[in-house]
Amino acid sequence: MRFVDEFREPELISKTAEEIRRLAGTERQYRMMEVCGGHTHAIYRFGLKDILPENIELIHGPGCPVCVLPMGRIDDGLAIAQQPEIIFAAFGDMMRVPGAQGSPLEHKARGMDVRIVYSPSDALKLARLNPEKHVMFFAIGFETTAPSTALTLMRAKAEGIRNFSVFCNHVTIIPAIRAILDSPDMRLDAFIGPGHVSTVIGCRPYEWVAANEHKPIVVSGFEPLDMLQSVVMLLNQLRRGEARVENQYKRVVPWEGNRAALRAMAEVFQLRPYFEWRGLGFISQSALRLRDTYAEWDAEQRFDVPGIRVTDPKAAQCGEVLKGVLKPHQCKLFGRECTPEHPIGALMVSSEGSCAAYFNYEHRKAALTSLRSIA
Amino acid sequence: MCLAIPGKIVEISSDNQDSALVDIVGVRRKIDLGLLQDDKPVPGDWVLIHVGFAMSKISEQDANDQMNTLRLLGEVEGAVQEVQGYGLEGVQ
Repeated sequence: MRFVDEFREPELISKTAEEIRRLAGTERQYRMMEVCGGHTHAIYRFGLKDILPENIELIHGPGCPVCVLPMGRIDDGLAIAQQPEIIFAAFGDMMRVPGAQGSPLEHKARGMDVRIVYSPSDALKLARLNPEKHVMFFAIGFETTAPSTALTLMRAKAEGIRNFSVFCNHVTIIPAIRAILDSPDMRLDAFIGPGHVSTVIGCRPYEWVAANEHKPIVVSGFEPLDMLQSVVMLLNQLRRGEARVENQYKRVVPWEGNRAALRAMAEVFQLRPYFEWRGLGFISQSALRLRDTYAEWDAEQRFDVPGIRVTDPKAAQCGEVLKGVLKPHQCKLFGRECTPEHPIGALMVSSEGSCAAYFNYEHRKAALTSLRSIA
Repeated sequence: MCLAIPGKIVEISSDNQDSALVDIVGVRRKIDLGLLQDDKPVPGDWVLIHVGFAMSKISEQDANDQMNTLRLLGEVEGAVQEVQGYGLEGVQ
């Protein structure tokens, strides 16, 4: 409990941890998946694993958009941006993500006009500032980010800004959860639902998980107390044999979501028939593309896309880690060939990926402990 | 990228009701309010901001708690650098 005194209401945290130990007992194992990469990052950073009893296992889910993006999509985006009039704009998270021919940052070093933007609206601003250039925004993210891209495209259309386009890689969370549950080697008891995705989609879309798969799901905030309370709520449901959707993050997440955001997404996007996810393969209806009414702002319709496919090395066991069959350190490449500095597999490329989070916190902690034991 | 940052609405643009100036731990920037058009914030309100768009209205207490979480996660510096827009903010 390294930071426990700095947390809000440390006494309540200790009480909640006791409650978890009482509810979890010792007879059985509980396997809970946190879907969101932000939760994964927080769990490691806060050392929550040290607070939870050993029979509660947290499995890190697919909710890191940078991690699940196939390498070929990066290569496709960068291939389009080889044209000299194009400015390649993307979030900072994307800049070091390797494509087969290098990362966006490496392409910048070779002369490509690559810009980091904080917001899709800043990418649109770049287009206004550079009328002689074409700004292509490389869009990634789940439903948290997709409405902002949608609204930016609506603004571009309304203003008639034609030197702007979006290379769309937005994905949706529910089909990914379904794909994980469909996998035959999967054994999960419950889900900690994503916080900020749910501010947009609300809690209702998770009801099928509860109803059809008989798995409880609790939408959770990011503070240590939030996540511990969510574990209590899940344990209570599991002990009673229930499977319902509950909202622990009520102070931010409305049950119905954000209707204005959903309207913007519906106006601009439609579902792709299928999309490839790194580590999970092709998942039907799991990603968004621009509607034909936005064809003029769709980089995939405006430019030739090579359609590059790069398969992950066979030795990388990202899929097994994503599904919780293996722990990050049980992968053959973990910490040897595959590190945050030289990521080979999907889950090592972003600090929100489970392998990178595990490497940064657990691995270093273990290394320090063994150093101390030698000294 | 998935962590949102809280900000306080300073003023709504007079020429564009969907644009507001916010204060994020002392840093000011323009954000888009278009995703809150069903429940418009007013100056003094706190909002959770994600990639330059206000995602939801929150209480001042929640804003402080969220900031504390970001601080404990070691994310504040990076987040503030982000909202400054890598040099783009302030350019008209």
